[in-house]
Order: sequence, then structure tokens, then C-alpha cells
Amino acid sequence: MTSLMVIVMTAALIDNVVLSQFLGICSFLGVSNKIKTSASLGGAVIFVITIASAIANLLYTLILKPLNLEYLQTIVFILVIAALVQVVEMFLKKTSPAIHEALGIYLPLITTNCAVLGVALNNVTDGYNFFESVAAGFGTALGFTIAIVLLATIRERIEDNDIPGPVKGAPIVLFCAALMGIAFYGFGSLG
Amino acid sequence: MNKCLERLYNGIVKENPTFVLMLGMCPTLAVTTSLSNAVGMGVSTLAVLVISNIVISLLRKVIPDEVRLPAYIVIVASFVTIVELIMKAYFVEINAALGVYIPLIVVNCIILGRAEAYASKNGPLESAFDGLGMGIGFTVGLALLGFFREILGAGTVMGRQVMPDFYEPMGVLVKAPGAFLVLGMLVMVMNAVGMSTKANEKVEGCDGCCATCAKNEEHNKDGNAGKEAKA
Repeated sequence: MTSLMVIVMTAALIDNVVLSQFLGICSFLGVSNKIKTSASLGGAVIFVITIASAIANLLYTLILKPLNLEYLQTIVFILVIAALVQVVEMFLKKTSPAIHEALGIYLPLITTNCAVLGVALNNVTDGYNFFESVAAGFGTALGFTIAIVLLATIRERIEDNDIPGPVKGAPIVLFCAALMGIAFYGFGSLG
Repeated sequence: MNKCLERLYNGIVKENPTFVLMLGMCPTLAVTTSLSNAVGMGVSTLAVLVISNIVISLLRKVIPDEVRLPAYIVIVASFVTIVELIMKAYFVEINAALGVYIPLIVVNCIILGRAEAYASKNGPLESAFDGLGMGIGFTVGLALLGFFREILGAGTVMGRQVMPDFYEPMGVLVKAPGAFLVLGMLVMVMNAVGMSTKANEKVEGCDGCCATCAKNEEHNKDGNAGKEAKA
């Protein structure tokens, strides 16, 4: 149990998926202008990554490994993730329209969020078992949510600031991310 | 022939994926700790981009419209796997440095974006040059970032010492936060000299796969909701 907690904490804070592994940067920079939307995206990401890492682990250990088809992992994982996102979307639409409404347009976007595929591949490289994979997936997604909500908070704060011309837009967001990255770098000493 | 040159110019300058469209940010930030890693990543992506553009262009009349995205993903993923195996066999060092980012070329939005925007509508030759232009543009973007991070962060270029001894390397630039910092600086310089990014416009063919379009979609959604409320 403690080892699972360590995996979650490591994935969420020390090896933060966005700020130290640079996965999911696109949505991190693009969908972080409002706290509300970024929190919804974070929710959708936690949901999808946790399920995807569980399924990817089962596929790898039960099908790819016995058949010696490990080299197909990239193709299999990306297809499964794409299909999974579709299924999750249809399932949510049918069973809980409220959640579907909240996560709405973000679900399809997650297919190309490289964090999902990245976690699945990293779990294989790290040799995690089923529970460790799920824990790593959950921790990674939690780290993504923490980072994107924090960035959205900063961006809402500086929205009305008088930012010099050339720094407006992408550069100021990148500088904020850099400062957050330095702060998260400090978590490295925890490990 | 002119058309092919035009595609090259478009990919390298006019719609440079790194600085103008701001696509494929994950590898851009992650692997540019040194110039050699950056070029390795750029060339791998370029190879996948050119070959998948050619194949998708050849198959564009065969693939049914409804299942085109999964079909593209399978094609791209196959070539990424081939590149991955080649890297593992012949470029062990670079492969070790790039790690998980090689298989992650699959989800690089530049590749699916070009497939959808260009290769699915044009002949194989033009598509090949389109892929070549975009790939070179991407490699140049990565190489610039890698060059500045390596020379300022470690005082070296391609692993060779170039800065004078009294230069104190800014170690933070080769660490994770430095990636954001250097990219921010480069975009800032580009803004200052008047080459503004198109990062806020919807990119043709990139169906909400990443940052830019997601934001626009959200924006449109708000706009539509507003209209509905008025009605």
C-alpha cells in the first residue's frame, strides 16, 4: 500500500508529467486560460488516464507478451486509447449527462494528449504490475490537473496586467510555466 | 516543380510548426537539452512525416471518409514503430536519450495535422514535399532551441566546449524549466521583430487535436451559447 502511495506522489509531484516530462503540453498551454475549464479538463484526464493505464497493462501482460508481440505496443496502445475515449464518451453521454456536459469537448481531445500514451509506455518500461500501473496513471493525471489548474490561476491573475507587447500571448505563459517548473523542481529533493 | 518549392517554403518559413503554428510542443520542449538530441528528434519526425504523407496520399481514394482518422493513426504508428526499431538498432545513444519521445511521435499533432490538411487532398509528390518542408521547419525549430539551451546551459555545442573558460554555464537551461524559458525568449524575440505567431488562429485540418483549436472550440461554444440565450 505504501509503495502505491509513493508511486502516486512521485508521479504527481516529483516527476510531474507536464513540468518535468513535458507530456500534454498542448492542452497545458492551450486550455489553461480559465480555472473552470482547466479543472474540467483535469477531471477528464484523470478519468481517461486511470482507465487507459489499467487496460494497457492488461493488454500488454495478457496478449502482447505471451504472443511475443511487444514491438507492436505503440500501435496497439494508441488504437486502444482512441477507441477507449470514444467508448467512455458514449457511456457518459448515456449514463450521466451531467458529467458528459462538464467534460464535453475535452474528451475527444484527450486521444491526442500524449500524456495518455506516454504513461502507458512508461509503465511498460518501468515494469509496473497492474496495481502499480493504475497508481502511476492516477498520479500522473493528478499531477497534470494540479499543474494546469495552478497555471490557470496565474493566468487569471495576470489577465489585466500591463504586459509589454512582445511578451504578450505565448511568451508570458511560457515564462509562468518556467517559474512553476522551478518551483516543482524543488520536489525533487523529496525523492 | 514550383508547387514543390512553395510547399518547402511554406513548411520552413510561412507556417513553421514550432514558431508560427506552435504545434508539437511536447518533443520541442522535452528533447532539446542538446543540439544532437534536437536534431535526432527532428530527423526522426521528418522521416515519419514524409513517408506517412506519401502513403496517406496514395491511399486517399481508398480510405473511407468515416474511418480516415483511425486509418491515419495506424499508418503513422506503423512507420513510427519502424523508425523506433531502426533507432534501437543503429543509433543506440540517441535512442537512449530520446527514450519514450520516439514512440510518442505518433501523437505529434504536426503529423496527423498534415495528413488531414494536405496529404488527404493532394498527390504523393506534393505531399512528400509538404512533409519535407514541415519536417525541416520542425527540425530547424528544435535545433535552434537545442543550440541555445546547450551553449548557454552547458557551454558546449554538439558536446564540444565552445564557450571560454570564464563562462559560468546557466545549468537551469538544460533542466526542465529552462525549456519553457528559452522557448518563451525565442517567441518573444520573434514577436518583437514582427513575426507574430498564428497560435490563436484555427489551423486547417487540425481537428481540435491540440491547444490552439481546443481554445477556439471553447470560444465558439461560448459564442454559440450566447447566441442561443439571446434567441
